[in-house]
Amino acid sequence: MSPPKVTTLAEAIARHVTDGACVALEGFTHLIPFAAGHEIIRQGRRGLHLVRMTPDLVYDQMIGMGCANRLTFSWGGNPGVGSLHRLRDAVEHGWPAPLELDEHTHAGMAAAYCAGAARLPFGVLRGYIGTDLVAANPRVRSVECPYTGERLATVPAINPDVTILHAQRADRQGNVALHGILGAQREAALAARALVVTVEEIVEEIPPAMNGIVLPHWVVSAVARCPGGAYPAYAQGCYARDNAFYQRWDAIARERDGFRAWMDRHVLGSRDHAEFLASLREAA
Amino acid sequence: MSDWTRDEMMTVAAARLLWDRCVCFVGIGLPSAACNLARLTHAPEIVLIYESGTLGTRPQVLPLSIGDGELAETAACVIPLPEVFSYYLQAGRVDVGFLGAAQVDRHGNLNSTVVGAYGAPVTRLPGAGGAPEIAAHARQTFVMLKATRRSFVGKLDFCTSAGFLEGRGARASTTARGGGPRAVITDFGLLEPDPQSEELTLTALYQGATVDEARNAVGWPLAVAASITSIAPPSTLELDTLRALHARTREAHSRPVQLPA
Repeated sequence: MSPPKVTTLAEAIARHVTDGACVALEGFTHLIPFAAGHEIIRQGRRGLHLVRMTPDLVYDQMIGMGCANRLTFSWGGNPGVGSLHRLRDAVEHGWPAPLELDEHTHAGMAAAYCAGAARLPFGVLRGYIGTDLVAANPRVRSVECPYTGERLATVPAINPDVTILHAQRADRQGNVALHGILGAQREAALAARALVVTVEEIVEEIPPAMNGIVLPHWVVSAVARCPGGAYPAYAQGCYARDNAFYQRWDAIARERDGFRAWMDRHVLGSRDHAEFLASLREAA
Repeated sequence: MSDWTRDEMMTVAAARLLWDRCVCFVGIGLPSAACNLARLTHAPEIVLIYESGTLGTRPQVLPLSIGDGELAETAACVIPLPEVFSYYLQAGRVDVGFLGAAQVDRHGNLNSTVVGAYGAPVTRLPGAGGAPEIAAHARQTFVMLKATRRSFVGKLDFCTSAGFLEGRGARASTTARGGGPRAVITDFGLLEPDPQSEELTLTALYQGATVDEARNAVGWPLAVAASITSIAPPSTLELDTLRALHARTREAHSRPVQLPA
């Protein structure tokens, strides 16, 4: 892996996210890399295989803007609010493009990331019991335990071409520190061929943190400073989740025209994340 | 004319099923309200686990998402998500799993994936999330769902999470370690599985609800227990606590967030 590099988000995306790549933007409700998703939209990537346990608004936006043709996921709603209307439109009506689904359970995806991080071919779990997901997804299979004979579910390892995370901070060497709700970020990061991280701040020395994790510099491909990069999700200790925005998104994304107008104005109409946040402040 | 709503009654009835010190895997929505109502009333030491990895959390307001900062800030500890599912849930360290769904059938199987065919859905729903493994491995599950003929159906469009499968012991022959649904809490009362057939049976009604109402709301010929329990209406403490919790939550979720500069 090439040496870690502190760079801009635009350069990191241009270099590491190519058309047709398998890309995982992880972060379980917390630390969702929205700024990176918006930059991928601005750079017009197409044909991506998107991977994320909970697609959330960030993939609703990327799918609605035509970046993806395949989605690996385990729960695709707007948490506490309802549907992701752009994801639904793609699945139900093929708009703006058909979307192939590779659908799992949370436990299954977690096992697939763990296997990917360990460079094993598959993850194993006592899961997918009695569910029609097994018939719907031929990638979910089973294996007989060589010790007990028990039939266990298997999922193929997930090894994204690039995983993208948002974190609270990094140092100049490219060590990345995150804390709070961690989801499967560590596993998704270590499963990937390249790792791009946006951070709230770049510091001289990473402070010790209870329950924090560090991704060491030699597994990190690029780091970009991007304050507010998880908004409207949140960064523990920096800013809160904008629950009111998640509620408003239901109306913004419900119709194609309204969605496109919002994306044109706030995402395509801004050069970077700072301008995106400024455009929301103006609209407020 | 009662001074409480059926939504409130459902939440209170679900909360009463929980006991102090039980370890409870919580879903968003009505289950989250019920679990926190239990914690704020008769079960102060209940251990609430949200799948985001927050263990023993004590939120002041209900989270909108499964991973709001409130859950992390008030948790006993925060662990990575793969550990929640493998070391706690699959390992059998969860007493109660709370599940919602779009559809339930007479054996407590749940659909949260699609209405219509999987390959050409009429309505694409959010999907499985943690539910299939919660349904498999929690020692028991409670299902919370309002009853209509579209939600309580003779045949699921898609089985996302297994209850008793076809009933009569079908579940016991799988590798699921948990006991399956112990009750469905709905807006007329409770359904519980018959010990032999494992078919959901009407066992309890709220004040003002009737057997006919229940039968009309369910899309299969509903089995009715020989004796029906009448569920006591919400107490003043339960109602006041629940309404204060919802008021705090509404205020918190509408509070403007300071955008990062």
